[in-house]
Amino acid sequence: MFNCPKELKYTKTHEWVKEENGLYVVGLTDYAQDALGDIVFVNLPSVGDEVKAGEAFCDVESVKAVSDVYSPVSGTVAEVNDTVTDDPALVNNDCYGAWFVKVENVTGEDELLDAEAYEQLCASEE
Amino acid sequence: MELKTPLYDAHVKAGGRIVPFAGYLLPVQYEGVIAEHMAVRTECGLFDVSHMGEITFRGKGALASLNHLLTNDFTNMPLGKVRYSVMCYEDGGTVDDLLVYKFGEEDYFIVVNASNRHKDFAFMKEHILADTEIEDISDSIAQVALQGPKARDIIRKVMKEEDIPEKYYTAKRDVLVGGMNCIISYTGYTGEAGYEIYTANENAMKLWDLLLKEGEEYGLRPCGLGARDTLRLEASMPLYGHEMDETISPLETGLDFGVKMAKKDFVGKKGILERGEPKITRVGLRIIDKGVLREHQDVYIGEEKIGHTSSGTFSPLFKTSIAMALIDKKYAELGTVVEVDVRGRRLKAEVVPMPFYKREK
Repeated sequence: MFNCPKELKYTKTHEWVKEENGLYVVGLTDYAQDALGDIVFVNLPSVGDEVKAGEAFCDVESVKAVSDVYSPVSGTVAEVNDTVTDDPALVNNDCYGAWFVKVENVTGEDELLDAEAYEQLCASEE
Repeated sequence: MELKTPLYDAHVKAGGRIVPFAGYLLPVQYEGVIAEHMAVRTECGLFDVSHMGEITFRGKGALASLNHLLTNDFTNMPLGKVRYSVMCYEDGGTVDDLLVYKFGEEDYFIVVNASNRHKDFAFMKEHILADTEIEDISDSIAQVALQGPKARDIIRKVMKEEDIPEKYYTAKRDVLVGGMNCIISYTGYTGEAGYEIYTANENAMKLWDLLLKEGEEYGLRPCGLGARDTLRLEASMPLYGHEMDETISPLETGLDFGVKMAKKDFVGKKGILERGEPKITRVGLRIIDKGVLREHQDVYIGEEKIGHTSSGTFSPLFKTSIAMALIDKKYAELGTVVEVDVRGRRLKAEVVPMPFYKREK
């Protein structure tokens, strides 16, 4: 079983999102980090970049493969997490602590799932 | 439909992540590629490579057939020796690369790539000379690879000292490993010392379990295809479909050592000669910018496309990205800085010596 905290929302493409004082914090789910394996590189966007709901905004490289990360919301990148760039293994070790970006001025959302629905999605993809 | 090796149940039980590869269901990893990779570099790893193909050549014409079919020279090859070779099409392109084991003057055992096995056997059948019986025995044989600095400590616990092949690229047949009849060779695809062991399918599970049990005190762990690929890449060992294929001659990918152009004739010699001096060569690249090089990415100097990467990964040992590339020979000088198109980004990389990793003897 994968860890899916109840307080988060999820995309069908395995990102998590959490609203925090008007900022949307985005990261990769437990299912995603497990499927990717050892993550060795995260290519984050820059502060000020526009992101669009459902579109790729960065990529992560594991030893095996590269994978796109899709934005759960549309808006502007307010903060990026440099500690993830410096130590990509954090995503494997603590995927819900190792956030990727915080998005502000959010104008729209992708279809988001609650924890229960997302758990079912993961179970069906296993 | 994918086939299962005799060790499939063991992989599932041990939590291996199973993927289809070359027609077989095999584990790409157990706990993680990096941990498995480093286990092989520092201690020891055990791989299921039962998907590999095995073909026997027997009879009075076996030697002549091998010399005709393959690019290497097998004349005067000592008994118990293993030799690498390429098999070429008439035009010099590569059918496959393989290992030839000599067990008797008229008795050879050949190991080929799983994905090429049927193609290879058909090609061999078409080109063998008189008095040669060849047989594809792949379906009845399992193979495991025990690789790493502790491999010898482990293997000597399960077999007689005098049965262990002593020198690199030598082999013994009909020896007992844990009481089971095996072929064992001092060979591998990781850049480490180690053994490849062949046995009948019905022995495979017992052999696998025995090695894991006896190897435990030396840190032995099962390893998947993921680590097999990163290990061979650090050791700059070529892989069919990447560093060579039907369009690439062995001389165009740096395999000159396995091609004896002085030999009177062999399939592909004329084609290789007609291609002339190779215009491309295989080089090692080490990334300068941040990112990960992968296979089939274009390599540039300025706006000129000079070739492509054939394999690329993140090296768990060097903690940076390395790749092999087939590029225009005139840019192959060590220290040359090239750019690689990584998903639309141009990343700088440097031409560095191969192998990237060489074990201390």
